[in-house]
Amino acid sequence: MPDGLDALLLARIQFAFTVSFHFIFPAFSIGLASYLAVLEALWLKTGKPLYLDLFKYWLKIFAIAFAMGVVSGIVMSYQFGTNWSVFSDKAGPVIGPLMAYEVLTAFFLEAGFLGVMLFGMEKVGRKLHFAATCMVALGTFISAFWILSVNSWMHTPTGFVTGANGQLLPGESWWEIVFNPSFPYRLVHTVLAAYLTTAFVVGGVGAWHLLKDRANPHARKMFSMAMWMAAIVVPVQIFAGDLHGLNTMEHQPQKVMAMEGHYESHPDGAPLYLFGIPNDDEQRLDYAVGIPKLSSLILKHDLDAPLAGLDTIPDDEQPPVAVVFWSFRVMVGIGFAMLGIGLWSLFARWRRRLYDWPMLHKAALAMGPSGFVAVIAGWITTEVGRQPYVVYNILRTADAASPLDAPAVAASLLAFVVVYFAVFGAGVWYILHLMRKAPKPGEYGVKRGDKGPIRTAGITPGPTQDPSDASRRDLSGSKHEPGDAP
Amino acid sequence: MSVNVDLTTVWAFIIAFAVFAYVVMDGFDLGIGILFPTFEVGPERDRAMNSIAPVWDGNETWLVLGGGGLFAAFPLAYAVILPATYPLIIAMLLGLVFRGVAFEYRWRDPGHRRYWDAAFTGGSLIAAMAQGMTLGALLQGIEVVDRAYAGSWFDWLTPYTLLTGLGTVAGYALLGAAWLVWKLDGESQHHARQLAKRAAWATLVLMGAVSLYNVFLNAEYAARWLTAPEIFYAAPVPILTAVVAVAMLRALKAERHSKPFWLGIALFFLGMAGLGVTMWPYVVPPGLTIWDAAAPERSQVFMLVGVAITLPLIIAYTAWAYWVFRGKVGHEGYH
Repeated sequence: MPDGLDALLLARIQFAFTVSFHFIFPAFSIGLASYLAVLEALWLKTGKPLYLDLFKYWLKIFAIAFAMGVVSGIVMSYQFGTNWSVFSDKAGPVIGPLMAYEVLTAFFLEAGFLGVMLFGMEKVGRKLHFAATCMVALGTFISAFWILSVNSWMHTPTGFVTGANGQLLPGESWWEIVFNPSFPYRLVHTVLAAYLTTAFVVGGVGAWHLLKDRANPHARKMFSMAMWMAAIVVPVQIFAGDLHGLNTMEHQPQKVMAMEGHYESHPDGAPLYLFGIPNDDEQRLDYAVGIPKLSSLILKHDLDAPLAGLDTIPDDEQPPVAVVFWSFRVMVGIGFAMLGIGLWSLFARWRRRLYDWPMLHKAALAMGPSGFVAVIAGWITTEVGRQPYVVYNILRTADAASPLDAPAVAASLLAFVVVYFAVFGAGVWYILHLMRKAPKPGEYGVKRGDKGPIRTAGITPGPTQDPSDASRRDLSGSKHEPGDAP
Repeated sequence: MSVNVDLTTVWAFIIAFAVFAYVVMDGFDLGIGILFPTFEVGPERDRAMNSIAPVWDGNETWLVLGGGGLFAAFPLAYAVILPATYPLIIAMLLGLVFRGVAFEYRWRDPGHRRYWDAAFTGGSLIAAMAQGMTLGALLQGIEVVDRAYAGSWFDWLTPYTLLTGLGTVAGYALLGAAWLVWKLDGESQHHARQLAKRAAWATLVLMGAVSLYNVFLNAEYAARWLTAPEIFYAAPVPILTAVVAVAMLRALKAERHSKPFWLGIALFFLGMAGLGVTMWPYVVPPGLTIWDAAAPERSQVFMLVGVAITLPLIIAYTAWAYWVFRGKVGHEGYH
């Protein structure tokens, strides 16, 4: 059935393409929503306009990223049905409710408060506005909670029974389904990754502006905040990633074998391969360069512990090793580069050169987009590593697709590729354009209307604006000197 | 089993509510997109856009609830309808991509604003048309064999689905124009009122055409509408529709501000009720009833708890968000 196989491959490419594109935006907006909440809280607490300026600077970027996340996310919510209808029918009774909970508890929360967050500060006042910002940030987290529960269940399905009609049905307890064995690890690892992705973007933008003007107080503040995140959260993330790996070792051993490039079993201590060319046909790692016994030490905490290899797994149960092997190395490599930046920033802080060390700023700038690469590489590792299953050990990917012909899927894939590159390419361009402008005192917010920033100094309030509204004065900006920042 | 029957019915109504909420809420902002080229470049377009900018994202979330809810409560229906209408769904999604990003992009890039305005209109139009045609494809029946779509590529493309698609476009345009009558003033409001009048006539004509098509071309649907005792339940729908239609045209003529919009919602509600009479108890005519496609009771109960707790909250804070941005849209927008 070459036709069937082609349609399947196309459907897989389409899902991989749309979900990878989609995840770029939440990876950024989960972290950015929290960063905005922190900035607004600092502004409310200290009263320093610098924080409000930074809030507005990043709010404009958030608005674009969030819009792209919303529209690419709606595509995802329908693609289960359009392209994976057998999967939807079979797994729907278990994961459908979790996704419904995501909509009910997260999407509405984000969307309902987003309008107020973007446009409503002077209509509702500072405190309610801050509450709206917090609700949006909370919504992004709750969304991650549910969708990662769904994803984790597909990796480590528990708490279900198989019905007479072939459907997977929920068992006695939803707790077992929601909190399936890989979920806590995946949740922590993914949310930390989102925070770090945002931190490195913020740090990169701060570094860029420090390179141009190291006295810019706004750039200093955002760079400093980002570097604290790098210094503190990266080590936590590496630890969390290690725990996640051990969890995978327990539940999906062949994924770890592929990550490690272990085609062969090692009865007395397995090496940690740093490099090699996976060769699935010959079932061996060509040109392997490794450190003896280190893999056993990492995975089993014992130099001589035996580790099984892919030779213990039937060929038709193995994931494609090369993709998993390399994407894993990309993710880990970036993780350690991030750790390097974090440590360097601590050293620079200690030497009082944090704002005065162009090499550090250049390195942070280069690392600005690294979080996106790392999260996509990490997802490729875990998703490809689960193959050939879509619900691990229960439902094969090949058996899960919709009864569509290859040309139909090819046409939709082509349409997605063209539209996504055009539309999201433009969006990324607009974001970069906003980032290129230096943050400044009196930063304006999400601009609407032809007359330019409303409420900057010098524009007389129009008839619809109530001059007695005290909260508005805080938005007028331009009332403080650049020097009053820390 | 009797408990299960009730839960399935409850879920059918919840999904119907989500679809209705989506249709009227995203309906008016898609409608503004459809009408966008008729607005003057400059303040008129900006004000029209500003009237929906704070709420469109929430409106669109109901679509995700409709789709996600269908997936959760009637997984088999979700797994059949989406492959059956594949090109329509993909077109709708891509249309929504274009019009969704246009909200942000047109302000970011004045040099290319007219392109993003065109994307806003094109995306809205395609999404509305695709939604209407999907409804038509569902009503005309979907062939199902062995828990899977068994029809061919272009089953969804018929004169009937084109008619339902156009009807939806007209209906959304009516809601959009009525919303602008409410939210704008002066010359722009006058313009919106003219558009609303035309859209109202188009909607009524197309609604009538779809209804006649249902009755004359489908024996089973005809039996539901034209024979006793069903006719006694069904008859109030067209009668009330006629009453609402007259009230709508009078409200527009009397230059009322918010009344046309509420009557537009009433019109859609009656359309939805008519749809219920036509389809019940099938979720995928002609073969799958809601009970055939329903998720197991345990899934239904679990979700029902969530709906019972969250839906009132969602409605409350959504209402609050609308309240925050109440009143006429100023000339300079929200800031």
